[in-house]
Amino acid sequence: MDPVLLARWQFGITTVYHYLFVPITIGMSMLVAILQTFWVRTGKEAYLRLTKFFGKLFLINFALGVVTGIVQEFQFGMNWSEYSRFVGDVFGAPLALEALLAFFLESTFIGLWIFGWDKLPKKLHLMTIYLAAIGTMLSAIFILAANSWMQNPVGTVVNNGRAELDGVGGFLEVLTNPIFLVTFPHVISAAYMVAGGLMAGIAGWHLAKVNRDGEAKPGDAAAYRFAARFGAWVLLVASLVAIGSGDLQSKAMTQVQPMKMAAAEALFDTTKNASFSVVTIGNLDGTKAVWEIRIPGLLSFMSGEEEVQGINDLREQFAEQGFLQNDGTQHTLQQQRAAHIAEAYPGLDPAPNIPVSYWSFRLMIGLGMIGTVLAALTLWVLRKDRLPKAGPLWTAMMWAMPLGPLFANSFGWIFTEMGRQPWLVAGVMPTASGVSTSVPASSVLISMIVYTLIYGGLAVIEVWLFLKFAKKGLPDVAPPELQTDPDAPMTFAY
Amino acid sequence: MIHLLETSASVPTLATVWFLLATVLWLGYFFLEGFDYGVAMLIPVLGKNEKDKRVIVNTIGPVWDGNEVWLLTAGGAMFAAFPGWYASLFSGLYLPLLLVLVGLILRGVAFEYRSKHPDTRYRNMLDWFATVGSFLPSLVFGVGFANFVIGLANDGLHFTGSFWSLFGPFALLGGVMLVVLFLVHGSAFIALKTKGHIHDRAEAFGAKFGWAATVLVALFVICQNVFWPANSEFGDFTVAAWIAGVLSIASIGLATVMIGKGRDGWGFVLTGLSVVTLFVGVFLRMYGNLGFAQDTSVPVTERLNIVTAASSETTLTIMTVAAVIFVPIVLAYQAWSYWVFHKRISTKNIPDDVETAA
Repeated sequence: MDPVLLARWQFGITTVYHYLFVPITIGMSMLVAILQTFWVRTGKEAYLRLTKFFGKLFLINFALGVVTGIVQEFQFGMNWSEYSRFVGDVFGAPLALEALLAFFLESTFIGLWIFGWDKLPKKLHLMTIYLAAIGTMLSAIFILAANSWMQNPVGTVVNNGRAELDGVGGFLEVLTNPIFLVTFPHVISAAYMVAGGLMAGIAGWHLAKVNRDGEAKPGDAAAYRFAARFGAWVLLVASLVAIGSGDLQSKAMTQVQPMKMAAAEALFDTTKNASFSVVTIGNLDGTKAVWEIRIPGLLSFMSGEEEVQGINDLREQFAEQGFLQNDGTQHTLQQQRAAHIAEAYPGLDPAPNIPVSYWSFRLMIGLGMIGTVLAALTLWVLRKDRLPKAGPLWTAMMWAMPLGPLFANSFGWIFTEMGRQPWLVAGVMPTASGVSTSVPASSVLISMIVYTLIYGGLAVIEVWLFLKFAKKGLPDVAPPELQTDPDAPMTFAY
Repeated sequence: MIHLLETSASVPTLATVWFLLATVLWLGYFFLEGFDYGVAMLIPVLGKNEKDKRVIVNTIGPVWDGNEVWLLTAGGAMFAAFPGWYASLFSGLYLPLLLVLVGLILRGVAFEYRSKHPDTRYRNMLDWFATVGSFLPSLVFGVGFANFVIGLANDGLHFTGSFWSLFGPFALLGGVMLVVLFLVHGSAFIALKTKGHIHDRAEAFGAKFGWAATVLVALFVICQNVFWPANSEFGDFTVAAWIAGVLSIASIGLATVMIGKGRDGWGFVLTGLSVVTLFVGVFLRMYGNLGFAQDTSVPVTERLNIVTAASSETTLTIMTVAAVIFVPIVLAYQAWSYWVFHKRISTKNIPDDVETAA
């Protein structure tokens, strides 16, 4: 088997899997912190019950996010050693900073939060969950800075036969990479969409049950109602940020990776005032569309360019001049590598897999929109003092509200990473050249089988636990008190 | 006059600084996760029933995750400061690292998930995840670092040995030694953190197996310094490595005595000191060559070592600034978290209800 293909599949599988837990962690940590703030401020039991209920779901999810994240950090060296060797001077720093600034913060303060209910004063304990939430955000900053550099390699020069930071200024360029600046709000808001949808979906499902069967405990209805509306509002507002930042992102992407935009649209010929294809069924070279829905002028609006370059024209351009940005310029690193790439990779097709790019782009938008619409619908159903009716339709809506945005996150990453192909670093390093040359395909295959088995088994446990606690509903709580008796039972123990 | 530390001139200062920082991160990892691993490996040994096991798990409950980040930071620091080292090591030791990852995944979910369902079989399964998941990295890192002492076979860029070539006699000694040392370090931690019968069992275990650890550490240190002295073109640290090694032997021996006398605090500090000084000796041997065999017939700049694997001065400078600011902050809040949970626990502190709170 082809080691490059195996290594790519492994990265794809482990990353998509890991990223099922990441948006929930980023969004949920903050939402739980906010719920706990309501409790600290008002002292109302309902907020404490909500904090503990969603806190437990958050932790079930967090555990898998942590352990699958370790694989990610090791994987660069294990499967992509030649990539790591070539770019480590630039790419390694954000990863190290992520561990130093973000992982320590998250892990230490999550531990303090879980076990600190009866050890820390209320406000100090509240601070621990905020610090953990900030940790998840710092983690996103460094990872997105690193990934954005792969899409748009600024601030770097070839030196000693590898990519090196172009002085301290180069490092600042990496941290202020225009792609990073628009990707960060997009990724964070997309994470909040998932967390909001999850909170609204679970609470909304319970609310319908309460409406049918009555409250298990007085106050249930009001608490679920609050959480459902709160979550739906979070999803709705986050959607607006995701749409706005997504628009800026597609414009920035058109500038630095024109081919990616062309592939997202399956636009083969350079077009003025280009329309956006909502759905097209046709053949792959764009010569024949069997059936399509198009919105006039939208693609030109999204890309920020009146004339959008097509795949065929960009292919020709690459063959003649190498990798160019939309305005025909190159970053220093791209310029320095151009001759080497032309020589070492003759006939390299600069286009990504077009059906994958086209459909993942649409699935990202479509699934995200489903979440947005359902959030608005939920708020409408719950207007004034109304309660939802239990039934298959409502249940389906409550499932789709978090799952739509969650899978939209997956497809967003699939799009951005598959759309970057055939490059590891745009215009600098083809993907095939980054793989570990000393690792036999059999080793990669073994590890892929091992990961798949373990990840599969853990998925079963995680989903089962998650659903078990989600269905169980709000727990009974006793207001935590600072523990002074050395023999008293811990408020929480593993 | 005896020169303890004598470095050769050709290594850039910042590369040496980062070798030291990477060493510090590894030492932090081995010190902290060393007892974590030991504790989790001792679950089936010291825990006779569910409440016993829960006491043991909860001694590290709030802190294990933060401890593990030392490994991630050490890995990240190698990537950032020595991309060549990170690339060659992680791809070269592919299958051993897979074992470490499997271990870390299993033990990571074990702690969090064991509290989420009361079924005994489910909990026993997760306890075995924790135990096996702690045994694997202890063993692999013991074997691995013994191989770094010997020097990994390479062609100047890539590891050229096979998977099975990593399991020579000295490497196996390293693996067994580290497992036993971590077991004793873990028992010292449990003794320090608990009261009642778990405390007594942990003490008895440490007082007994401390001697096995002492013998194994002594064998390892002597073999290392006799057969692979810390003396290379990058500097002569023979004396320093001997001192570190002897300190490690003395510490674990004294720790065993202290544990036997019920001096829990001293027992833990000394097992920790033994772990730290043991790896100080190993890293002294690895200075310059980074654990890869050096073919001195080839110029230094054409081999895999501290000179060729290091990042640019710019990157190392930026990383140094970040480390100087943030490592003390991390140490401060991690120390605070240990202080928050400093009280000893016993079976009395374990709630009957398994699904309380968050």
